[in-house]
Amino acid sequence: MSATVSANRAFFNQLRKYYTFYTGGFLAFVIVLAIAEQLGLPKVWIGYAFLVATIGLYAGIGIMSRTSDVAEFYVAGRRVPALFNGMATGADWMSAASFIGMAGTLYLSGFDGLGFVIGWTGGYVLVALLLAPYLRKFGQFTIPDFLGARYGGNIPRAIGVFAAILCSFTYVVAQIYGVGIITSRFIGVAFELGVFIGLAGILVCSFLGGMRAVTWTQVAQYIILIIAYLIPVVWLSVKITGIPLPQLVYGQVLQQVTAKGDELRVAPAEVAVRDIYKKNAADTKARIDALPASWEAGRAAAAKRVEDLKAANSTGAEIRAAEKALTDYPASADDARSAWNKQVASNNAKAAPPFQHATPYPTNKTGAAGEAERDTKRWNFLALTFCMMFGTAALPHILMRYYTTPSVQQARQSVFWSLFFIFLLYFTAPALAVLVKYEVYHNVVGSAFASLPGWVAAWATIDPTLMSITDVNRDGIVQLAEITLGGDIIVLATPEIAGLPYVISGLVAAGGLAAALSTADGLLLTIANALSHDLYYKMINPNTSTQKRVLISKILLLIVALFAAWVTSLKPGNILFLVGAAFSMAASAFFPSLVMGVFWKRANRWGCIAGMVAGLGTCLYYMSRTYPQFIEWFGTTRMDLWFGIQPISAGVFGLPIGLITLIIVSALTKEPSRETQDFVEHVRYPNLRGDTVRTAAT
Amino acid sequence: MQQTEKHREYWRRNLQITGVLLAIWFVVTYVMAYFAIPLAEINFFGWPLSFYMAAQGSLIIYVIIIWFYARYMRKLDLEYGVDEGDQA
Repeated sequence: MSATVSANRAFFNQLRKYYTFYTGGFLAFVIVLAIAEQLGLPKVWIGYAFLVATIGLYAGIGIMSRTSDVAEFYVAGRRVPALFNGMATGADWMSAASFIGMAGTLYLSGFDGLGFVIGWTGGYVLVALLLAPYLRKFGQFTIPDFLGARYGGNIPRAIGVFAAILCSFTYVVAQIYGVGIITSRFIGVAFELGVFIGLAGILVCSFLGGMRAVTWTQVAQYIILIIAYLIPVVWLSVKITGIPLPQLVYGQVLQQVTAKGDELRVAPAEVAVRDIYKKNAADTKARIDALPASWEAGRAAAAKRVEDLKAANSTGAEIRAAEKALTDYPASADDARSAWNKQVASNNAKAAPPFQHATPYPTNKTGAAGEAERDTKRWNFLALTFCMMFGTAALPHILMRYYTTPSVQQARQSVFWSLFFIFLLYFTAPALAVLVKYEVYHNVVGSAFASLPGWVAAWATIDPTLMSITDVNRDGIVQLAEITLGGDIIVLATPEIAGLPYVISGLVAAGGLAAALSTADGLLLTIANALSHDLYYKMINPNTSTQKRVLISKILLLIVALFAAWVTSLKPGNILFLVGAAFSMAASAFFPSLVMGVFWKRANRWGCIAGMVAGLGTCLYYMSRTYPQFIEWFGTTRMDLWFGIQPISAGVFGLPIGLITLIIVSALTKEPSRETQDFVEHVRYPNLRGDTVRTAAT
Repeated sequence: MQQTEKHREYWRRNLQITGVLLAIWFVVTYVMAYFAIPLAEINFFGWPLSFYMAAQGSLIIYVIIIWFYARYMRKLDLEYGVDEGDQA
């Protein structure tokens, strides 16, 4: 025993030394680049330097950790110390959506966006209290393994495999999408090429070394992403408040933002701009009502304008613009209706006065309608929080990480470290959103179009979907209502807003890439393991040699990754929705069976099967009939929302229905066998003397 | 294998602490969010209380809950002789 302890301690010290050196080396690398930038290194080279250095580093770790040993490949040899497993889980957990999207969501939706923040952290309480220690004691390789062992037979395992693949695949598509966006923006290649470059970075590591390589790479990725996230925010905080602790001092900034917000809600220039949007919406609405005549008239007018310009010998640019307007004109009256409806909606959205950042469940309506809207928002906030929390405690790629610690005790500690490292980023994001809002309210609004702050002008030319400002009322001054911001800009542009050199922008992009790659790694591994370990080894061919199992896993990893990249290149919808959907599905499918498997001995096979099918089925049914894109794909008819709950939170129906089904069906069918009940006892105690059940695989 | 009374007591105490910590978790998450509108009137070091809780306060409490649970269970394991010995 004590030999194991000293070996573990020596291993821990060695890891600490490596990663301290590594962090120092990385900072030195950033400093060297910063000096090179001052000496005139072009920006695009800095981008390449970051991309090549970080992906090369991940590949290096992957090659050094290559393995074909089963326990190493699936669970990193079960000797990852709690602290490092915490960092790895942090990187595994924080995806492109957390790193780049979260602060943007908070900027745009204020208090209501905080549902993601508490949901994605509070879920770890459930992981710690209800799952991690018991799964570690069970000590196999995958989550379907647990279902198979606890409930017996292949059906629970098979449903587990299906659900694990479904939610991991949905989630991984969102990650690869993020990788594509970052690489394409960062080094200026096409989106599709960016996807495949990123994929190479993902594969080189998980392919060679499985969980072992992924774990040690994720630790490295965590360090990069947290440095990249904190440096710009701290700097911005110094610029605005003079204090380098944004999380402690942004309350004051929030008060100023609120005061300024009150002013902007009623400022005459703002109201004038909003009235213009309102008029645009009304005009477009009138054209929709006059369809199809208005469509024909509009097309004739556009064609006539081209003719007139040509006849009048106008400049080429004017003619080209008019021709473009003609080619872009809706092809039919039906197309016109949907295009114009969108215009009405976007104009109406811009015509509404901005909500206060800190106000919960805001509404612009008054009286009973206002109360109703407020209530719907409140219930949606609670439902979203619910789904994100229970989804956290059910996503296989996260739960799997707790198989890799040396003991139950370390698994418990490891959840603490996981949440601590995640917390560092998540409690900074709301501060960042408020600081950027302060900048926009105070330094962009009210400035002259001729002298916009540098970052605004720069981003408006790079990508109009992220930043566009039009002088709607033609007074030469920026009004808040004239600014259109894409959420992703908040994190990407912070270095420039804070006046930092370009090297920090490169660092932020490298951090975003690290976040997306690390999550994609964990997810792909989950999918490949579910297929190779659970489906092939456990269900189809139990006599496979260990080498062959690992080989099959590697081949599947490649196939799944390419398939995911192909799906991603089709650009399937909204990232945040995909991520949220994965959480809802995981919560509905896994949570009841996993938790009841530990806490209720009476839960049996049929209960598990019925519960998982009912839970996941309800969740998928609700999404397929309420989310517009799914309705289009599956050809379903739209139904009304249940209690006004958005499709992203479908798990709020799926999980309870799954749980109730599990309880009822279990109670109606036979009690589980003596062995199963012994199994439950076995996972409940970290170490039971005289225990005859053996589950831990090595 | 034979379950002793001592084992059952260990499990009961585990359930108790789990229940208490989940209750705290529930209050700081859902009760706080449900009453966010009235709580926003309270000023907490410059933040409206409900905003502070959702952005920071609840998160800090979650971290503490998990830290406390790991510590408590470690002691409980030792007290009831179900610890993993030197391996941990």
